[in-house]
Amino acid sequence: MATMGNGRRVAIVAGLRTPFAKSGTVFRSLTAQELGKLVVAELVQRTNLDPDAVETLVFGTVVPSVLAPNIAREVSLLSLLPKGIPAVTVSRACASANQAITDAADQILLGHADVAIAGGAESLSNVPILHSRGFADAVVAASRAKSAPKRLGALARIRPRDLVPVTPAIAEPSTGETMGQSAEKMAKINHIAREEQDQFALRSHRLAAAGTQDGRLAAEIMAVYVPPKFDTVATTDNGIRTDTTHEQMQALKPVFDRRYGTVTAGNSSPLTDGAAAVLLMSEEAARSAGYAPLAYIKSYAYAALDPGEQLLMGPVLATPVALDRAGLTLKEIDLVEMHEAFAAQVLSNLQGFESREWAQRAGYLHPVGEVDRARLNVMGGSIAIGHPFGATGARITMTLINELRRRGGQFGLMTVCAAGGMGFAMVVENAG
Amino acid sequence: MTVTTPARGVEVAGKSGAMSLEVEDGVAIITMDLPNEPVNKLNQAVKDDFIDLMRRLDGDASIQAAVLISGKPDTFIAGADIEEFLEVKTAEDAERLSLDGQSLLDRLEQLRTPVVAAIHGACLGGGLETAMACAWRIGTDYPKTVLALPEVMLGLIPGAGGTQRLPALVGLRNALDMILTGRNVRAKKALQMGLLDELVHPSILRDTAVKRAREIGRGEKKRSVGRRELTMADLALEKNPAGRAIVFRQAREKVRKQTQGNYPAPPAAIDAVAAGYSLGREGGLSEEARLFGQMAVTAESRELIFLFFATSSLKKDTGVTGPAPSPREVRRMGVLGTGFMGAGIAAVSAMQGIAVRFKDVDHDRVAKGLKSVYDVLSDRLRKRQITRTQFDDQMALVGGTVDYSGFRGVDLTIEAVFEDLALKHRVLKEAEAEMPVRAVYASNTSSIPISRIAEASKRPERVLGMHFFSPVHKMPLLEIIVTPITAPEVTVTAVALGKRLGKHVIVVNDAPGFYTTRILAAYMNEAGRLLDEGASIEAVDRALLEFGFPVGPITLLDEVGIDVGGKIAGVLADAFGERFASSESMQRVIAAGRTGRKGGKGFFLYGKDGKKGGVDQSIYEFLPTGTARADVHPEEIQDRTVLAMVNEAVRCLEEGVLRSPRDGDVGAVFGLGFPPFRGGPFRYVDVHSPEMVIRRLEALNSRFAPRFVPAALLVEMAERRRRFYPLEGRPV
Repeated sequence: MATMGNGRRVAIVAGLRTPFAKSGTVFRSLTAQELGKLVVAELVQRTNLDPDAVETLVFGTVVPSVLAPNIAREVSLLSLLPKGIPAVTVSRACASANQAITDAADQILLGHADVAIAGGAESLSNVPILHSRGFADAVVAASRAKSAPKRLGALARIRPRDLVPVTPAIAEPSTGETMGQSAEKMAKINHIAREEQDQFALRSHRLAAAGTQDGRLAAEIMAVYVPPKFDTVATTDNGIRTDTTHEQMQALKPVFDRRYGTVTAGNSSPLTDGAAAVLLMSEEAARSAGYAPLAYIKSYAYAALDPGEQLLMGPVLATPVALDRAGLTLKEIDLVEMHEAFAAQVLSNLQGFESREWAQRAGYLHPVGEVDRARLNVMGGSIAIGHPFGATGARITMTLINELRRRGGQFGLMTVCAAGGMGFAMVVENAG
Repeated sequence: MTVTTPARGVEVAGKSGAMSLEVEDGVAIITMDLPNEPVNKLNQAVKDDFIDLMRRLDGDASIQAAVLISGKPDTFIAGADIEEFLEVKTAEDAERLSLDGQSLLDRLEQLRTPVVAAIHGACLGGGLETAMACAWRIGTDYPKTVLALPEVMLGLIPGAGGTQRLPALVGLRNALDMILTGRNVRAKKALQMGLLDELVHPSILRDTAVKRAREIGRGEKKRSVGRRELTMADLALEKNPAGRAIVFRQAREKVRKQTQGNYPAPPAAIDAVAAGYSLGREGGLSEEARLFGQMAVTAESRELIFLFFATSSLKKDTGVTGPAPSPREVRRMGVLGTGFMGAGIAAVSAMQGIAVRFKDVDHDRVAKGLKSVYDVLSDRLRKRQITRTQFDDQMALVGGTVDYSGFRGVDLTIEAVFEDLALKHRVLKEAEAEMPVRAVYASNTSSIPISRIAEASKRPERVLGMHFFSPVHKMPLLEIIVTPITAPEVTVTAVALGKRLGKHVIVVNDAPGFYTTRILAAYMNEAGRLLDEGASIEAVDRALLEFGFPVGPITLLDEVGIDVGGKIAGVLADAFGERFASSESMQRVIAAGRTGRKGGKGFFLYGKDGKKGGVDQSIYEFLPTGTARADVHPEEIQDRTVLAMVNEAVRCLEEGVLRSPRDGDVGAVFGLGFPPFRGGPFRYVDVHSPEMVIRRLEALNSRFAPRFVPAALLVEMAERRRRFYPLEGRPV
């Protein structure tokens, strides 16, 4: 992907996110659309972007609003931007923002665009609550009825149980397995002990707290002055526990398998509200507009496996392909950011990277290798920072790039696991 | 006299060149498009042509109906040509003008061929009266399609049947509201009222009007009778004399309260409407004409019309003399300081689609500022002045920040931080380091000389003052202050921005207190001295309310902040000496730590909800004469405060702070609330004559020397028997 024979390279010029907030906390009054608009508005203002230069906007979201299904278009209709920017919403579960970024990058690489905004937003405080099938059927029948008595007759068929609303669960439509059950299964198959998971979660919190404290994470975060009262200013992620102890971690009960389970609320990522966006340009456009690129997209890959098997092992299949496409090996990677849906998932993925069997499944002879823990999620990850499904991919992109630049490293690798048995990996190169 | 363009069958009629006629299948389409004018106005030539056209419609049996439509993009008819009013010398002349207009519209109403008004854009005054005489009214669903009878704003009343036809169409209460406020009614609301009969998309206006005209012409459809559905309240209050008596009484009471009896036009308008009910249409019309005649020659109307011309001429003023460079378009703006002023500036800018970077030192202040912006905009949403989408769009344009991120792209920055020179220097340097070289830097200071502020700048030629008034979204004035080195391009950019924000923009030269602050301080100081001498707070405020100011000076001081007033007084006393020396009362109140409304303690009491109560009697203990209060005649209070202001205004012109008397009058009326019906300080001098003003000043000076020494320019004008404005023709 580095070039496509036409000499074009895709530069990431800037990126920003809202603080990530546990659902039902500071952002509970905001929809995903509003969060998305806030972050894009700030990105446009902060980068002094010429709004007329923006040619496309791609946004990801996982739980779409029934009222505004194309969130990208609503975000692109932001008053700071001209109305003529085509916008598309993409959905690849937790890798949706990655999908947005790679779609935008592809458009740039193809020469279809020079400047694009990509990102994602999620509000798990505002999920659509559905009516039951029985209730919906009755209402539809009533609306079609030709006379008042028939209308009443249709509505009279509603039973008390029909009135119970349906809350969407984070479950696989194909297998019925919830995300947590899948993580639980992976922990068992890969023999990831509870203790190991708890330690990893603790590490995530500890490193994220340090990254917040020393301002490294702050570099990617905008302040959100929460409307309509503006009495709350969110400046940092509110899920990071600076004071949590190993004992507290151990005391938590497994959620998905109460008898034999090891996955707890503590070693999983929490339900989160937030948004993130990235500004992409062709290298040429960036230079002529006076922007210094932060990084170039070197390569990426998506992969998938049977969701009934190990739902969150996708990164293990995607990573060797992305590295191969970049012409690199893990040894040449200076920094790794892995999305942490569950500690069990990250640890399973890391195991998979070292496994010859998984390498062969991906079509390679040799395993990716052992990831140096000192280079992995050095400011924690989604377990501590939070995980607004549609936004996480853009968050990880910026976390990786900013830290890679601070360290003066050359190459960075990121992975994201996604529902449906999918995985994503991308290699970026520091633009120096 | 009639030129036929054969190709399209369009005839351009008459002297005005405004009216063209084409006939489509029995329907005559009359298009009004006054040449060389941005809007359609009703002048004598247009009226003459109209009469010819009506004769033609009556005489041509092949024509069954007609449509009246405008060729202008955003106006139907904006009203009478006000310039013609300047030629009216007597009440009889004006009455005749009204009678002519009435008979023209009566004729339009009774025409054999029904006329349908196709209204797109502003339909005001005589324009609306014309539309109301038509058989049917179709408006467009378009933001600029508004209907109003704004005559009272010029000290007049509707004079072409408006006081009679409007109540007949929309009912008494709606009509009184429109006539007494002059406010714009949007098309949708006009439809609900019955003022419009149909509301259509602009693209089908013409076709719909032609279709409707034909239907009415053929008798397939009846002429409009306005509002059809009556509510219980309508029946109780409008459909019987007793109910109407209540409505009229309430209207008179409200007018009296709001105008302090200073404006004769609103009560006259009520009289004209009432005459229609008691005497019928005929009697009502002759009463309307008589009252219109009376109003047209009032001093109040003359001054309000003066202000109309003064503000119209300001709209064409680029802010620099001679050839002006083109202004820089402001797409992005920085606002430093998120206090009430900064928030107001951010809000009005966002309303015009400008992206605002809204900066203060910490998140809490930024949040508070954003809340103020939100409040201003949501008030507009609540009043349905904007839609939900517009509200969201405008709010999204304002981005809060605690650093200077985003300032690299700004075209202009307005600084609205606390009035402290060191602080202003610091933020200027910080902002300048981030801003593009060609960006403009404006300070919203109300008292610190701009040259002093510009001392900290690396590009002082790009620095000027933009003095907004509080609350920014309501106050119509912007005082721009330029220094000798301000670049013309910078001035015109700031002026153009001010106009875009909907302000009357005056440009003044840099001097302590500029213009408005300086003359206000002279006035306020004198009010303070009246307190020194024992006048009561209520008496001072009441006298100036009666004079026509919207609030009394002591109330104003509480609003502005007593400490701020003191600070300004100090700046001016340093610059101009003794005549600006602070009153004893003010010094003592400041020393007592009272700051006014913001501190919850001032000359007046403030409730927990911030509501203002009566005078805080405990304040008298700080005043020189204590609680002992003397009776000071209101006229003495008015004379001293107002003449102090007027004299200082003349000095500003004399010293070249002001460029023209026009700017001085507009500045005082729209920035300080100088009574509009008095025109402004310079009009005040002209009306009372410089000789008389000097006599009164000298009388005061003999008691309070030297602070009432007449301005040299005033003396010179008296000697040469000159006036600030020409006596004949357009004043400006």
